[in-house]
Amino acid sequence: MKPFAYVRAHSPAEAVQEYAARPGARFLAGGTNLIDLMKLGVESAQTLIDVSRLPLDRVESGPGGALRIGAAVRNSDLAAHPAVRERYPVLSQALLAGASGQLRNVATTAGNLMQRTRCLYFQDPGKPCNKRLPGSGCPAIEGVHRDLAVLGHSEACVATHPSDMAVALAALGATVHLLGPDGERALPVADFHRLPGERPERDTELRPGELITAVELPPPMGPSLYRKARDRASYAFALASVAAVLDVRDGVVHDVGLAFGGLAHRPWRAGAAETVLLGAPATPAAFAQAADAELVHARPLRDNAFKVQLARNLAVDVLSALAARAAGAAA
Amino acid sequence: MAGKGARAGSTRQRAHPEAPPRAEHRSAVTLRVNGEERTLTLDHRTTVLDTLREHLGLFGTKKGCDHGQCGSCTVLIDGRRANSCLLLAVAQDGARITTVEGLAAPGPGGETLHPVQQAFLDHDALQCGYCTPGQICSAVGMLGELAAGHPSLVTAPGSRPGLTAEEIRERMSGNLCRCGAYAHIVAAVQDAGRAPGDAAGRPDGDPRHLQDGATP
Repeated sequence: MKPFAYVRAHSPAEAVQEYAARPGARFLAGGTNLIDLMKLGVESAQTLIDVSRLPLDRVESGPGGALRIGAAVRNSDLAAHPAVRERYPVLSQALLAGASGQLRNVATTAGNLMQRTRCLYFQDPGKPCNKRLPGSGCPAIEGVHRDLAVLGHSEACVATHPSDMAVALAALGATVHLLGPDGERALPVADFHRLPGERPERDTELRPGELITAVELPPPMGPSLYRKARDRASYAFALASVAAVLDVRDGVVHDVGLAFGGLAHRPWRAGAAETVLLGAPATPAAFAQAADAELVHARPLRDNAFKVQLARNLAVDVLSALAARAAGAAA
Repeated sequence: MAGKGARAGSTRQRAHPEAPPRAEHRSAVTLRVNGEERTLTLDHRTTVLDTLREHLGLFGTKKGCDHGQCGSCTVLIDGRRANSCLLLAVAQDGARITTVEGLAAPGPGGETLHPVQQAFLDHDALQCGYCTPGQICSAVGMLGELAAGHPSLVTAPGSRPGLTAEEIRERMSGNLCRCGAYAHIVAAVQDAGRAPGDAAGRPDGDPRHLQDGATP
């Protein structure tokens, strides 16, 4: 690890000013991914600007039943928050499906969004990787790619985004609030992460010097559920996962939010499936048709075609469980 | 004897292998370690784990993977379990750190082991012992989280988690044991969690931050 300066910011504005004044600066929150990558030589910084103690550590109810989550709220605190457990169970479940108890105690909301892919080639500076070293190539396309993308990948990069939390946020239609040198702005979380295209070195639409200040959830649309398939029962990244929010009225899908994890360079909001579902009967057959409408676009690599069927099964299971719950409540 | 001396010498050398860092790359850091305030000037790259082992002579906390994957470096930071290998000491300035050395309670007749430590002995919950300090610190933090009603992935929605083997296995999944002592570890943690006097609370006993649903 190369030496670096360290400053602690006391306000979001000060953090943004410090960043602008210091070439080679990086924001440090929980550090569970950044410090690891700095040890590996994947990331480096001339200055770390510590934003972990900023007054962004609150979960607050907003107008109309919305919920505003501070960027520095720890993953474990967010998962345990009564409003999240009660009104957005998919978010609590996704957070608890990720990492370990120790890591969730340290990792923050913003840091979870900013974590980098766990692609083996990205994490090994001894190997080529277009994301880490643009133009050096992507050995994963022909190499070890069982865990990598089946949707939205490019000739340059087949990495997946590793977050569980972000998949739930995508299904919930959350908004990411940012503060940068040019002021505040907000992005739908589904547009926050990008597809690799020819610029895989860019994970997100974040502009240089912008700081995540909060994530905002709209009022809950209906019951929600997260399900994750992985190689171990606990403490492993997703092979595929599904987050869903479903509003069923009189046996018909009135509203739905559906997102896949572990399949793409970003949490995959399943817009095609949602379109099929709106107004459709809340039946397993309709759910399978919707999943197929989304996954027909999948382009699996040599060793990860199993993910497509896995994601389809998860989607049908999760939507069926939510529909059964709605039917039970109506009975 | 000569060999032993050479090893000791090389250990000392390894502890400070580099020239002192430049002023902008180091800071004075104060940590309250096992109840004792320690102020050190540290290279910003120094993790809490390396601070404990290389600067404070506290070798109880173990370095396993050094990447947050094995849990053997687990300590309690302000009462919450964390991987000390991924924490920069400078970012923890002012923090209260409890390591395995700080768990036993001092007394007139000698130390009394923490209930989790005693349960590990009673249940033979280890083989080689390398992961044990991390397992024990993690279990202390985990029992506090459980007592505060924090859910895990296996907690039924809307319910309060119980001290079941399923809950313990899920909540301890961040601590690997390559000897495979898991069955006895689960029994030990379950036993300690049932012990009177709230094994989760002491001696780090500040559960205020773990109130059900509290925001930090």
